[in-house]
Amino acid sequence: MSNAPALELRGLWRKFGDKIAVSGIDLVVPAGSFYGLVGPNGAGKTTTLSMATGLLQPDFGTVLVHGHDLWVNPIEVKGMLGVLPDGVRLFDRLTGEQLITYAGLLQGLDRETVAARATDLLSALDLTADATKLVVEYSAGMTKKVALACALVHAPRLLVLDEPFEAVDPVSAANIRDILRSYVRSGGTVIVSSHVMDLVQRMCDHVAVIAAGHVLAAGTVDEVRGDGSLEDRFVDLVGGRVSGEGLAWLRTSSA
Amino acid sequence: MVAHLVRLKLTLLRNALRRSPWQVVGLVVAALYGVVALAIVVGSMVVLSVQEPDIRGLVTVLVGSVLILGWWVVPLIAFGVDSTIDPARFVTFAIPRRSLLTGLALAGVIGVPGVATVGAALAMAGVWWRTPTALVVGLLCSVLAVATCVIGARATTSAASALVTGRRFREVMAAVAVLPVIVAGPVLGRLTSGAAITADVLEHVADLLSWTPFGAAWAVPGDVAEGQWGLATARFVIAVATLAVVAVVWDRSLAHALVNPAHQKVSSKGRGLGWFDRLPATPLGAVTARCLTYWARDPRYALAVAVVPVLAVVLYIVSPGGGVLLLIGPLAAYLMGWGISADVAYDGSAFWTHLAAPLRGTADRLGRVIAAGAIAVPAVTILVVGSALVASQANAIVALLGLSFGVLLTSLGGSSILSALVVYPVQLPGESPFQTKQGASTASVVSQLVGWLAVMVVCLPEMILALLAVRGGSVALGWVTLVVGVVLGAVLLTIGVRVGGRTLDRTGPGLLSKIMAFA
Repeated sequence: MSNAPALELRGLWRKFGDKIAVSGIDLVVPAGSFYGLVGPNGAGKTTTLSMATGLLQPDFGTVLVHGHDLWVNPIEVKGMLGVLPDGVRLFDRLTGEQLITYAGLLQGLDRETVAARATDLLSALDLTADATKLVVEYSAGMTKKVALACALVHAPRLLVLDEPFEAVDPVSAANIRDILRSYVRSGGTVIVSSHVMDLVQRMCDHVAVIAAGHVLAAGTVDEVRGDGSLEDRFVDLVGGRVSGEGLAWLRTSSA
Repeated sequence: MVAHLVRLKLTLLRNALRRSPWQVVGLVVAALYGVVALAIVVGSMVVLSVQEPDIRGLVTVLVGSVLILGWWVVPLIAFGVDSTIDPARFVTFAIPRRSLLTGLALAGVIGVPGVATVGAALAMAGVWWRTPTALVVGLLCSVLAVATCVIGARATTSAASALVTGRRFREVMAAVAVLPVIVAGPVLGRLTSGAAITADVLEHVADLLSWTPFGAAWAVPGDVAEGQWGLATARFVIAVATLAVVAVVWDRSLAHALVNPAHQKVSSKGRGLGWFDRLPATPLGAVTARCLTYWARDPRYALAVAVVPVLAVVLYIVSPGGGVLLLIGPLAAYLMGWGISADVAYDGSAFWTHLAAPLRGTADRLGRVIAAGAIAVPAVTILVVGSALVASQANAIVALLGLSFGVLLTSLGGSSILSALVVYPVQLPGESPFQTKQGASTASVVSQLVGWLAVMVVCLPEMILALLAVRGGSVALGWVTLVVGVVLGAVLLTIGVRVGGRTLDRTGPGLLSKIMAFA
């Protein structure tokens, strides 16, 4: 199964009440790729990633991680996944160090490995000084970073990161990008969702554009963007630019 | 602006009803209670209205005082104040505080308790229909009293939550502060049980109450009917002053809350890895360590533990030296065992950590059970031995231990299944303990009731054995109870963890999406 893609989504559907959030998404993420997932607000990115990581049951469809069906063998497959969801709480009454340890132990690592990796991750993400603080006292950016450390601690084969750079300061973001790049160079696969086209264009080698629960375009970044920038191509695909002057009253200058 | 806030409250109510049929059921049940209570009040007021004026005054003052006291105190101990319209949501809008206060107060009347209170207050004014002046004054005073009810409830809860938020375990202090209130009932009962309540005593109490914030407004129309204008004026001043004071208290705490949003400071630093270092480095050990850490650090768990000594004190006061105190062991066992029945809901969306990991449902269940058991077993043992010694029934210890451990193990097993099946909105860590959650009540009440019944039924063998052993003073039967309680409990716990674990493997993602939908 070594040739199987890192992640393959086949015909994923998910409905919330009357609203169809994801309608038949097919996506192939090649092993060793740095894959960007972009789309407007409410496009179904988070829903798709939740279904791809075992956090949300799809109504229909299959999720294959390195050729193994996630929803058939969840225990076996979840060990290969590192997950950073967006918009969820953490066990924030633990200290940063305890939280990373918890994530590592849940993945079945032994005590020494967890301790060593927690120390490495804390220093790589510039959290060493706050390791003994409770996570509830962390700022938004620090919380994001400690959640990322939890996703990395068991050295997964596939990393699925939902909005990993939101609220993270530029220096930490650069450090995280370095970590992710070297992880991909060593054979790992990363999927990130983001709103920032520029970042995806610079960082990722593959990209998929999602809107209204559909994949509008997918492939290598160069294939998808063609001659223009990714942002232009994105706006072409998704539409919704409001032209003209607009909001004429929103001018405070009295000149 | 005031009309906007009232309309907002109505819209929120309508949307909540549209969202879930359970909300409708809950509202209908509450409305039935309200209608029945209102019918009783109105009926008795009709009868009362043809009695002598001094009897009318007596009853309206007593009933009215209970009404106001209830509005002020009950949200502190039981249901919390409705938080659908949270003042904090309006921080960014430039609403004059006066309109905000008026609007929130009026919105507070919308709902079953508010409507029932308005009805009752009007009925109590109607008692004075034979004296037109008193009727007019009575209607005015009823409006005053209803305002005192609603605004007083806001004032007591916001003042109390200002006291208790701030530092960790302040919530626990709130529970301890409530102790005198809980204890007051039984104490009064004991004090009055000797002397039968005579009309004389009631008259005395009513007379006293009519000079307090609780009774003053209700006493005014009676004074007017008797032509005592001096008394009427004095009591009216008290009633108006009361309303002014609670309005100012609410205004102040609201003003403070608007610019200092509730922020729980958890300034303690963890040292080292704590339980994670002491327990085996396995997924099960990790879950146990996490739960133990939470029992100490999360006020919601600490509160469950803090209730137990309060209960012991109440039982002791109800019958000092009597057999009732012996119930504390089994009761505490049930409370602490059932304490993890909403564990997944307490995790909130942080539960994803378990879902994303290759963690089996049984390990999740067992870890939570071990953590709760590690706290409950010593606590229950101490309570059983202590209560038996205080009640000088040392030979009941073995039987009571059997019953208590049986109940503890069984309710832990029941919790393991229930919390894998149902989640309902609970307070997030750090939220005011005086807020109720929309939609929490019905689902939680139904599931608690069903769970309670189920645990009772499967615990019957050790209950009957324990009753026989304690009644007959038979130590041998006590040992039988211990063996039956522990063995039967262990079997039921094993079943509970197995079934709960398998259920959780299936329901986990569904539970998480439900929790996410609450937020």
